[in-house]
Amino acid sequence: MFPIVATEELVPRVRLYRIHAPRVARKAAAGQFVILRVDAHGERIPLTIADWDAAEGTVSVVFMEVGTTTTRLARLKPGDVIADLCGPLGNPTEVENFGTVCLMAGGFATATIMPIARAMKAAGNRVIIVVGARNKDLLFWRERLAENSDELIITTDDGSAGRKGVVTEPVKERLERGERIDRVIAIGPSIMMKFSSLTTKPFGVKTIVSMNPIMVDGTGMCGCCRVSVAGQTRFACVDGPEFDAHAIDWDNFMARQRTYIDEEKRSLEICRCPTA
Amino acid sequence: MSQESGGKAKAKINLNRVSMPKQPADTRRQTFGEVALGYSAEDAAREAARCIECKARNCVAGCPVAIDIPEFIAAVKSGDLAGASRVIKRTNALPGICGRVCPQESQCEAVCTLAKKKAPVAIGRLERYVADWELGHHPAPEASASPPTGRKVAVVGSGPAGLTCAAELARLGHAVTIFESLHVAGGVLMYGIPEFRLPKSIVQAEINYVKSLGVIIELDAVIGKTLTIDELLADGFNAVFVGTGAGLPLFLNIENENACGVYSANEFLSRVNLMKAYRFPEVDTPLKVGKEVAVIGGGNVAMDAARCAVRLGASVTVVYRRGREEMPARIEEIENAEEEGVAFLFLTNPIKFDINDQKWVSGMVCQKMVLGEPDASGRRRPVPVESSEFTLAIDMAIVALGTRPNPLIARSTPDLAFASRGTVVADEATGLTRKKAVWAGGDIVTGSATVISAMGAGKTAARDIDRYLASL
Ligand SMILES: Cc1cc2nc3c(=O)[nH]c(=O)nc-3n(C[C@H](O)[C@H](O)[C@H](O)COP(=O)(O)OP(=O)(O)OC[C@H]3O[C@@H](n4cnc5c(N)ncnc54)[C@H](O)[C@@H]3O)c2cc1C
Ligand SMILES: Cc1cc2nc3c(=O)[nH]c(=O)nc-3n(C[C@H](O)[C@H](O)[C@H](O)COP(=O)(O)OP(=O)(O)OC[C@H]3O[C@@H](n4cnc5c(N)ncnc54)[C@H](O)[C@@H]3O)c2cc1C
Ligand code: SF4
Ligand code: SF4
Ligand code: FES
Ligand SMILES: [Mg+2]
Repeated sequence: MFPIVATEELVPRVRLYRIHAPRVARKAAAGQFVILRVDAHGERIPLTIADWDAAEGTVSVVFMEVGTTTTRLARLKPGDVIADLCGPLGNPTEVENFGTVCLMAGGFATATIMPIARAMKAAGNRVIIVVGARNKDLLFWRERLAENSDELIITTDDGSAGRKGVVTEPVKERLERGERIDRVIAIGPSIMMKFSSLTTKPFGVKTIVSMNPIMVDGTGMCGCCRVSVAGQTRFACVDGPEFDAHAIDWDNFMARQRTYIDEEKRSLEICRCPTA
Repeated sequence: MSQESGGKAKAKINLNRVSMPKQPADTRRQTFGEVALGYSAEDAAREAARCIECKARNCVAGCPVAIDIPEFIAAVKSGDLAGASRVIKRTNALPGICGRVCPQESQCEAVCTLAKKKAPVAIGRLERYVADWELGHHPAPEASASPPTGRKVAVVGSGPAGLTCAAELARLGHAVTIFESLHVAGGVLMYGIPEFRLPKSIVQAEINYVKSLGVIIELDAVIGKTLTIDELLADGFNAVFVGTGAGLPLFLNIENENACGVYSANEFLSRVNLMKAYRFPEVDTPLKVGKEVAVIGGGNVAMDAARCAVRLGASVTVVYRRGREEMPARIEEIENAEEEGVAFLFLTNPIKFDINDQKWVSGMVCQKMVLGEPDASGRRRPVPVESSEFTLAIDMAIVALGTRPNPLIARSTPDLAFASRGTVVADEATGLTRKKAVWAGGDIVTGSATVISAMGAGKTAARDIDRYLASL
């Protein structure tokens, strides 16, 4: 059993949970994830480790309420327990002094790129963070992002904060101007990662994405999380989750993510209104 | 005494094996309830009476955990089921499981003296009968516990190899903790083999028996990630047994095999068995089941996947590149699948999948095969027939081509020696690996094998670990 120590709503439908999981906290590194199961009827879902505190024995996750499991999770309060949680899973982010590293984030990844930003800075990189949101009300952690980067660029779809547009635009402009970026790490919704990949590809900038396929076990046993990378089948849970963005078959990946769309809708209706 | 009755029985050897009562095939297709219903008391008495308690006791050598088969059958004959159970539990902590899923026809029953007359004693069915009787009537009998030795052993993985190794060591007085990565213990017994062949309540009851011996099971502990083997050794465990199985599914490496609707058997079976997705939306894990499902492969795993898909309403075709005779699955399971309406396409090999505009699988292009010269495994090698391609219209495929060990242990324990297929190198007679204080056994050493061979390996290692602990 894994007790929830604290909860915080960062913006509507995005929550941060600090969970007591001392063994995971001791081992966590930037880029890794946990798999949790809310209760006895629950499915196993992966969430990135957004922060950890080995001394306190906690890990933090930041999740977006999108369907049944994240809705059930959002109903829990401090003191409640999560039935199962294991990790840290996946390979840590490759961190070294690359020079200039640009981190692009959207959605929950605004929080989950923080450990990567910290590690990249600690390794001596110049860190540019580009964060996108639909509007200013969905933005969070601006100060923290600024503290952990050399430059922070914010984009919103409606221009209510930062510059109007999407995350790929400022990056593209810089690359077109000939500014040097040694590595890009893009994390967020698949469509955003795909377009980030398309943006950097013509410039030959090494781009890493954190793939979020559907998973079951997270230990290399089911093959559900497989991703086609450079024409080869790789398992995101044990070979990833980070891969070379330019080698990924995005159409196949995005189709696979939609495998259970109909079932997920039905399940969510029942979850919201059990008598339905 | 046994000689006397043996001599008497020899005079009138009964060659009529008592058959196993089963649910009728059309009921079976609708339910995940157990297919084989188990012997009645009368069935068991009649079958037990067939054992001639021969002097050769061939059957015992055929059992990888060496159950004293004639002794337990003698107890059944005399109506002493508690005694029969004690005899079995002395060497086998998981009899309800073995009695159901052991390939008895190639183990104990293959070498039973009566097998020469094509009517071996139904040892597995009797073992199951005794185990079920005990679960229904009594708590597990007291194990004769040894005094605590103060030694600690970590067992990695809670499949049959790990459970057996842990039970043996606990009986010898050692403090044993099992570390399991999933949220339930049991390994393939829980996530792979379906409810209709091996009810999960039986598995959990036998795991509870192992716990009653003092074994602690820590779930959600992924060794290689949460903790490493070296950390376990540094944390005060005197020895480590690795029984992490061979769970990583292999694929065909053909075009479009990552299309939506192409599953590994492990994913399909885990969703169904481990996550109980057949009860969706009452449980949260979803499952898709096609109308026309192709299952690729000819082993037990393929049969299990096919029979689960039938129960979920699909029309299922098993596609296998050799013939029926060459299938590695147990005959009983092939027959069960046939009775339940599974179709078979032999001498057929998939070469690519077709997809529709939703990127969902819509067809499987296959090639006909003929059997050529025998290959390294001694089986005749399938050779493609030129221009024999045809397309099977399907909306789901389940790939059941075998598995190998996952890379978590290998990547986190570089000083463990591995063979080419990712299996751990361990001494066959002791289970000892090339790393000090680390033993291994089961599928992680042999590649996918059987429940009972994994248990045998767990037991062998336990004996050697005990010897090692005594020398410390
Ligand atoms: C390595 C990894 C790290 C992730 N980190 C985060 C994170 O930090 N924060 C966050 O909010 N989300 C994260 N996700 C995504 C998160 O797992 C899904 O949003 C969640 O599973 C949705 O579950 P649901 O039942 O609420 O929604 P559903 O309605 O069931 O699913 C919504 C969508 O999520 C995806 N999904 C569904 N089930 C699974 C599953 N078992 N495993 C993975 N994806 C699934 C599907 O694409 C689906 O269409 C991560 C995914 C992966 C693989
Ligand atoms: C569908 C199916 C049907 C089968 N049917 C039969 C049958 O009828 N009869 C028969 O005799 N055999 C059958 N087998 C084969 C048999 O189940 C296996 O040979 C046997 O389970 C192997 O036992 P094991 O203990 O070595 O490994 P497993 O049963 O695979 O158990 C390994 C355990 O280790 C855990 N683990 C893995 N990695 C780690 C890690 N890093 N840290 C912690 N834990 C870890 C796994 O989660 C798992 O619980 C079948 C197999 C399958 C897949
Ligand atoms: S455990 Fe398996 S091999 Fe041994 S007696 Fe029982 S059925 Fe036969
Ligand atoms: S070999 Fe067959 S007949 Fe002989 S003791 Fe064993 S089960 Fe009985
Ligand atoms: S999630 Fe099962 S293999 Fe990766
Ligand atoms: Mg869900």
